[in-house]
Amino acid sequence: MSDSTPAVVEHNPDLRHHFATMEQQTETAVMGMWVFLITEIMFFGGMFAGYVIYRHLYYSAWLEGSQRMDFWWGTINTVVLLCSSLTMALAVRATQLGHRKSTVTLLIITILFGLAFLGIKGIEYWGHIVTEHQLPGPGFRFAGPNTSQVEIFFSFYFAMTGFHALHMIIGVGLVSFIAYYAWKGRYGAHYYTPVENTGLYWHFVDIVWIYLYPLFYLISHIHRK
Amino acid sequence: MLSNTFPLWPTRASTISGQVDALFIFLLMLCGLMCMAIFVAIVVFAIRYRKRPGHQATQIEGSNAVEFTWTFIPAGIFLFIFVWGAYIYFLERTPPRDSMDVYTVAKQWMWKFQHTEGQREINELHIPIGRDVRMIMTSQDVIHSFYVPAFRIKQDVLPGRYTIAWFRASKAGTYHLFCAEYCGTNHSGMIGDVVVMEPAQFQSWLNGGGPMGSLTQTGEGLFQSLGCSTCHRLDTQGRGPNLIGVFGKPVLLEDGRTITADENYVRESILSPAAKVVSGFKPIMPTFQGIVSEEQLNALVAYIKSLTARPSGAAQNPTFQSPAASKADTTRQR
Amino acid sequence: MASTPVAAPERENYLNNEYGISSWLFTTDHKRIALLYLVTITFFFFIGGFFALLIRLELLTPEGDLVLADTYNKLFTMHGQVMIFFFLIPAVPAVLGNFLIPIMIGAKDLAFPRINLLSWYLLVIGGCFMTYTILSGGVDTGWTFYTPLSTHFLDTHVIAAALAIFIAGFSSILTGLNFIVTIHRMRAPGMTWSRLPLFVWANYATAIIQVLGTPVLAISLMLVALERVFHLGIFDPRLGGDPLLFQHLFWFYSHPAVYIMILPGMGVISEIVTCFSHKRIFGYQFMALALIAIAVLGFLVWAHHMFVAGISLYAALVFSLLSYFVAVPSAIKVFNWTATMFKGSITYSTPMLYAFGFIGLFTMGGMTGLFVAALGIDVHVTDTYFVVAHFHYIMVGGMVMAYMGGLHFWWPKLSGRMYPENWGRLAALIIFIGFNLTFFPQFVLGWLGMPRRYWQYSPEFQVLNVLSTAGATILAVGYLLPMVYFLWSMRYGKPASDNPWGAAGLEWMISSPPTTFNFDQTPTVTWEAYNYDELQEAPVER
Repeated sequence: MSDSTPAVVEHNPDLRHHFATMEQQTETAVMGMWVFLITEIMFFGGMFAGYVIYRHLYYSAWLEGSQRMDFWWGTINTVVLLCSSLTMALAVRATQLGHRKSTVTLLIITILFGLAFLGIKGIEYWGHIVTEHQLPGPGFRFAGPNTSQVEIFFSFYFAMTGFHALHMIIGVGLVSFIAYYAWKGRYGAHYYTPVENTGLYWHFVDIVWIYLYPLFYLISHIHRK
Repeated sequence: MLSNTFPLWPTRASTISGQVDALFIFLLMLCGLMCMAIFVAIVVFAIRYRKRPGHQATQIEGSNAVEFTWTFIPAGIFLFIFVWGAYIYFLERTPPRDSMDVYTVAKQWMWKFQHTEGQREINELHIPIGRDVRMIMTSQDVIHSFYVPAFRIKQDVLPGRYTIAWFRASKAGTYHLFCAEYCGTNHSGMIGDVVVMEPAQFQSWLNGGGPMGSLTQTGEGLFQSLGCSTCHRLDTQGRGPNLIGVFGKPVLLEDGRTITADENYVRESILSPAAKVVSGFKPIMPTFQGIVSEEQLNALVAYIKSLTARPSGAAQNPTFQSPAASKADTTRQR
Repeated sequence: MASTPVAAPERENYLNNEYGISSWLFTTDHKRIALLYLVTITFFFFIGGFFALLIRLELLTPEGDLVLADTYNKLFTMHGQVMIFFFLIPAVPAVLGNFLIPIMIGAKDLAFPRINLLSWYLLVIGGCFMTYTILSGGVDTGWTFYTPLSTHFLDTHVIAAALAIFIAGFSSILTGLNFIVTIHRMRAPGMTWSRLPLFVWANYATAIIQVLGTPVLAISLMLVALERVFHLGIFDPRLGGDPLLFQHLFWFYSHPAVYIMILPGMGVISEIVTCFSHKRIFGYQFMALALIAIAVLGFLVWAHHMFVAGISLYAALVFSLLSYFVAVPSAIKVFNWTATMFKGSITYSTPMLYAFGFIGLFTMGGMTGLFVAALGIDVHVTDTYFVVAHFHYIMVGGMVMAYMGGLHFWWPKLSGRMYPENWGRLAALIIFIGFNLTFFPQFVLGWLGMPRRYWQYSPEFQVLNVLSTAGATILAVGYLLPMVYFLWSMRYGKPASDNPWGAAGLEWMISSPPTTFNFDQTPTVTWEAYNYDELQEAPVER
């Protein structure tokens, strides 16, 4: 049995005891995040499967529902999220280069974009729920044929964008957490795994939206309130 | 088997029971053989190769030949079982033409049967021996399951649609009917009897039947009283499609799809008319959800089925013409 | 056996290096977490077992005369939920896997020790929700939560139960994630994939299923909860929804779930059979591949639970065919274990007795799987006691016996003590007899037509039910015995040497119990798995 760590070692203070090298630790942490994201794909996947099935069954109701979406808010939100992914990626890069101030700034901008997304989502939900009575349940109202089928469309809309928003809130929390520690000087070229992993999570949540947006907002080119 | 003795084999009372039992016995023998083989091997090896002074284990890494043998031989046997089981299932799921229809409504916690001749039964089902019987079933609430062990058939009964089970009784007697899908408090009380009678006895039972007339007559009455005939005119083309001869045939829809007008289509058209609009017509039919009960739906379906030649609504022999049944002609149970 | 306490050797190990409740509740040592899991799942095992006893007591007579119908429905629901989600799924991975995987691959801990602790807390929190559900009146949806019964027709604690399982599901997902990353990234130098013990391969295959399948259960339960609260209509036919969609989503997880439950047990059996035949496993590569094949194919067969549910004929054909495919690798494993014993040098230790029982009973359970996979047969036996017997043969006759065998096999390593061997063998025998008496009559009952989930039944089924209940009481005694003597052994058991069984594997090369970091120095592996040709046999007297 051979020694893996030399008797006297200048090791990274962030190296945890059960890892032999920083490289092993970093690769392990990143792999862990990827495996977690795969579980998230399966989690959302169930809802996507249900969406596909019902869209096939009730296509005209899906058209109707899609026409009631706020096309402009949805599009703005997509742009907002894409920009936030850009700033997040730049933040990871800044950490790798050891630029503490840029890192913190970029992370804060990411948070602001995230909050903007959530705010716009809130405006949309207010419109759907309070103004248009489109929350499924006893208070659901829809003028036109296929009311119950459109109600199912809205069930999927709220369930899928709702879980997405929940993931966004967690994401904003994570990025805030990371921003704080970045400001404290915790990360740098020697150790930036948490930032990288948070970035991965953020990009994933963004990608889920990239799928949700066309599936809900772009089915029909007609939009009316 | 309604005796208090200690049975070890369920009664056979339908024409498919024997086939199911044959496969079961084959599997029993196969299973018995395999298990015996493994048990004997374990016991023999455990004794013969037990640890004792002077005895050494022989390290064997493996053998590809042996592995492939005991991969492909079981796989072949499994395939054989699959085909046999699939064949029986195919028979079970393709009701023959000229089956006698019985409409079933399951609800928590009872079985309601409507014969086309008009008899209604609750938790008891009278059928003649030697006749193909087709159960057209739906649930008023949750999922139930229609299970007659003596017939070896079972079919879940769903809310919102019809499911079909069929059988041909081969032995007179009274047999258990059990609900086999957990459905709440009194699931184990949702049981009944299937009474199989000789044809003559069944006929006299039918004749002593209810005063309300046949199912198709009830359906005809509803068709008029609910106003269906206003748009679905039987004498000429109205605002709705003419329904004569429609049942069992392909229908072209507005969106370009072609579907077959079976029981589920008729039912859906009454409850969600905008779901499948016939090509060339507008989606103006109102929904009857909440207005008609399951039993009334059954009567309407039976009536529309009966609209074959003359539009007078007189009860014709319902002819089930679904494509599946036509294919099943050649493989029909006798 | 002596009853004066025998002092364990004074070496520092993971048990005595720290004392106090916070050293346990805030530990990140995978071995301590394994013991935390052991306590938790044992607790739930006895709760689930208690419900089973009540069920069997009620079924002594055809009438419903012990409990109310609603109570009975709650009993079988919660028996299933507790046993599956709070015992069977965590059992081998979270207790034995947590303890052994790092050691078996030559690592100091799992990849994510703190997430490991989080996994345990999630199970406990889920367990609290489950306990709340039980104590506040229970839930009666059946463990399968079929809609629209669960969404619209019951007013019991459905959401609490769904939450309990949802949270426990994340415990399972995180454990799986931890194992996958650990096995990929933390192997010691020289420990290649083809040198891994099959126990590690088994947990790796299990982890893949946990990670890919459990999230679908999570969303299925979430949708049930949302439908109850918001009346969404996704599963409600009156609103155009489809109850069958729920079944597809539910079984997409719950079928692979049964492989989550059995694969780790198969891993345990491979370790036990090789050790007590003092032989390498027959066909290592085929065994490892079979594990992966079961995991993959297991995802493709879910609708075989729905043959009479209203799916199309063609879908049924496809799923039946695929179900026969997944039976093939399991058969291969049974043959390989048997072949491993051929020309071995066999010891009848308690773990080996459990292994014999496993191979026999798993074979029976597996063969009855051939029955239910046959479409024509399944129409008759689905939703009857035949299926109940089938899965209990595999889960209890198979999995629980494998778990018990594993516990006994690695007990010296976990605790540093030997359990009393004769009591161990006696308990194994009692369990084997009790088990068969309980569940074999249920095959007959199902074939005769007795449906499952029946509080009252037709009188001609009584004799077989009485036999089954008699078996259950014997089985209960069999499970209580190890509780007693394991606890006894912790104080009075003979101190264990590093390798009391003469077994192969890294875990037997370190002290019993291990030190906190397992290895003084990270090993470099130069030998193949199951190198029994190089190892001396253990002396007959221990």
